Amino acid sequence: MPIKTEPFYLNIGPQHPSTHGVFRLRVQLDGEVIVDVEPIIGYLHRGIEKLAETRTYTQVIPLTDRLDYVASMTNNLAYCLAVEKLAGVKVPERAEYLRVIFSELMRLANHFLAIGAFLNDCGALATPLIYMWREREKIVDLCEMTCGQRLLFNYMRVGGMSQDVPEEFMPALKKFVAEMPKFIGEYEQLIKQNEIFLARTKGVGILPKQTAIDIGASGPVLRASGVKWDIRKKDPYSVYERFDFEVPTGDVGDCYDRFWVRLREMRQSVRILEQAIDQIPAKGPIWADVPQFFRPPPGEAYGHIEAPKGNLGFYVVGDGSIAPYRVHIFPPSLINVTALRDMAIGWKIADLIIIFGSIDVVLGEIDR
Amino acid sequence: MTLLDQFQQMLLSTGLPDWAAYLVPALVGVILIVAVSLTLVIIFIWWERRLLGRFQLRLGPNRCGPEGILQPVATGLKLLLKEDIVPAKADKILHFLAPIVVFVPVLMIFAVVPVSDGAILANLNVGIIYVIAISSISTIGIFMAAWGSSNKFALISGMRTVAQMVSYELPVVLSLVGVVLIAGSFSMLSIVQAQSIPFILVMPLGCVIFFLGCLAEMNRSPFDLLEADSEIVAGYHTEYSGMKFAMFFMGEYGVALAYSTVITTLFLGGWSGPLLPPLIWFLIKVVLVFSVTIWMRATLPRLRVDQLMSFAWKGLLPMAVINLVIIAIEVLVVPASMLWLMVILNFAFAAALVLLWSRLFTLGGGRVEV
Amino acid sequence: MKFERYGIGIAKGMALTLRHLFRPPLTVQYPNEKLVVSKRIRGNELVWFPDRCTGCGTCTKACLQGNIILVTHRGEENKFIVDKFELDSGRCIFCGLCVESCPYDALAMGLEYECAKYSRGDTILSKEKLKLTDKHQPSAYYRPQFAAKLPEQSLLIYDRKEGGQKLKLFPLSKRKRGPGA
Repeated sequence: MPIKTEPFYLNIGPQHPSTHGVFRLRVQLDGEVIVDVEPIIGYLHRGIEKLAETRTYTQVIPLTDRLDYVASMTNNLAYCLAVEKLAGVKVPERAEYLRVIFSELMRLANHFLAIGAFLNDCGALATPLIYMWREREKIVDLCEMTCGQRLLFNYMRVGGMSQDVPEEFMPALKKFVAEMPKFIGEYEQLIKQNEIFLARTKGVGILPKQTAIDIGASGPVLRASGVKWDIRKKDPYSVYERFDFEVPTGDVGDCYDRFWVRLREMRQSVRILEQAIDQIPAKGPIWADVPQFFRPPPGEAYGHIEAPKGNLGFYVVGDGSIAPYRVHIFPPSLINVTALRDMAIGWKIADLIIIFGSIDVVLGEIDR
Repeated sequence: MTLLDQFQQMLLSTGLPDWAAYLVPALVGVILIVAVSLTLVIIFIWWERRLLGRFQLRLGPNRCGPEGILQPVATGLKLLLKEDIVPAKADKILHFLAPIVVFVPVLMIFAVVPVSDGAILANLNVGIIYVIAISSISTIGIFMAAWGSSNKFALISGMRTVAQMVSYELPVVLSLVGVVLIAGSFSMLSIVQAQSIPFILVMPLGCVIFFLGCLAEMNRSPFDLLEADSEIVAGYHTEYSGMKFAMFFMGEYGVALAYSTVITTLFLGGWSGPLLPPLIWFLIKVVLVFSVTIWMRATLPRLRVDQLMSFAWKGLLPMAVINLVIIAIEVLVVPASMLWLMVILNFAFAAALVLLWSRLFTLGGGRVEV
Repeated sequence: MKFERYGIGIAKGMALTLRHLFRPPLTVQYPNEKLVVSKRIRGNELVWFPDRCTGCGTCTKACLQGNIILVTHRGEENKFIVDKFELDSGRCIFCGLCVESCPYDALAMGLEYECAKYSRGDTILSKEKLKLTDKHQPSAYYRPQFAAKLPEQSLLIYDRKEGGQKLKLFPLSKRKRGPGA
């Protein structure tokens, strides 16, 4: 009697404990081996680009907070860079340094959450996640001291920042930066040499260098495949030329390399923070003189930054009125997720979850 | 003579009819086992949640009752009052019977565990073999639950279960035979009485292999891929709610408790200890072994299926066989009064084997061409 | 994939977890003990100062959702008299743009973060609910004149000895714990 087999479809659905948001994957399986992966997105679409057409330039900033809600000040920074290019506004010096400080704090916060959630997906029962949460709590406390909220900050404005930091901010930041290398060393001890973790992540989900460049990946995903591309060095924005830091890269492009690149980036962020604390001018204006309803000249501008997840870009078209004509958002997570199919075919279900966790997506960016 | 045997002799001498004198001690023993083990399971659930919380820098439950001791009772009450949902396409008989088949063997293991000198329900002379045989029945129960749920996630988990539990039986049994060789008998009472030096020192490698095998049989981290929260939602008990889920839940902690008592009896010396009464020593040792399993659960990520299987077949099984051969040779060569000599020899062999295996062993698996 | 390092990596990880067993826990027993929020919190119930408000309507234009409703009529000396000033705090996203844009310092954010209501109509705050009272104080977001009266924020960065989050190694159950952090 001939044996008839069928492909076995499994729906790792929008509600699942470890898709980082509402993300649906339709997986075709042969036993436990993956044959095909089809991602289906759109469950968190809120229409941010359309809403931005009827809001003034300042009112779009709280909307951009809601894109990458894990590290929200970096979205504000990208948008403000684009509008400042369009309007030709110059940002004062102290505000530039504050922007760098908060960008690096956000990078640390994002990498803590990425690594913690990645280890949670590997199966370490939320213990590394809670340790990471403790460090992220310290960063969020600092931001709460400055702008009052803990997740969606609405702190940057076109032409600077909205208020100055209070006096207790700098001593607390110095203490935080002094203690950070010891904590990063503890996480290395917990995970880096752990044989089970190495067995789960080394060699799994390899993204070759040429495929990464062809897809257009960016951020730690691209750097782990061996390409040394960081917008802070190649196309510097704000005052990043004045700092001395390295760009870590990986060799192979597997999940372990992506994890290891993020850990080393955290150490470089601490280095930048130390230099910024030394160089920041003690007093000065923090907001250029920009009116509340300002009208930039008609034109278009593109501003991009090295967000913690990759290359985040904003394309703003102005037509001379108080609201932008069109705002288009270029999210890094959406481009990186297109690599999932190539990386995951041939592995098993457990590996699919790990590969997806190591790309580090957030659904707010993908669906906008 | 166990305590129950003495009770039976006393009843026979008072003049009751013979069938009553056999039935009453048996009933007393059964009720005692069920009540005590369920209470201990509840206390252990509380201990696990508090200790896991402290490892994770938080407090565990501490609101229900003083320091949270009534929290498992509240959990049980909640599960009792929930609606019992059966999926429409499920196989009704299998779905109904599976929790029972998983839970009852756990209670039966407690019948042969010696709590104190002579305090044992049934002093079988094949005590250890009975434990191994009974604990294998749970595997069928889990597969019944997985198949009867008509859910793809449960089916994947059921397949993984059968593979895991069958392949980890072998290292467990082989390291057990080493204990039996040194002690000279299968009965649990005589194994404890033969431990002048606790067997964890006499055969360290055997203890480690037995411990890892028991972790896999208990489906606890790092081998808990049956109910891997992050991959297959809840594994074989996805479709269960209400009291049936409570039976799976209690069964999981019950089997952890049962294996902890078995490890204490076999390797740590049961109830022996200097000052305190033997019952207290027994409880201390059981809590210690259980805490070590909680510690491993808090720290380690989990293995993938093929890595787990290759760890059992290529890693633990050859080491268990070599360990058995070494112990058999030592039992022949070393006189029984010089157990400390075996301690030194076995530690040396354990270190050598672990080093050798780490060099040669590859976990295998990897990408499959489709 | 080889089993490198003979199991020492696992042992190091477990040693770290064991060390964490002896550190004080981070969580507080919430309804009995609350952490102190920052002085600049963008809290829930906003505070409106009717004596300073001139009815210009800049806040209504600054809100990105149109949550503020302002109805005025002209009084003596050509000034506006405010009839109705309503704020829909159910739709509000607490971005603070209205507070930043007021030229007369007539609006300030509140201090509350625990305002759950039973019906949707209760979330619309009218002039009476927005007044300044003893229980309804403004926060110092964009209004540094109110910062002196507010308590210091409890920070996790500082340990117990430096005045940070005060937590003990073996905290007792809620009945024996004192109030406040």
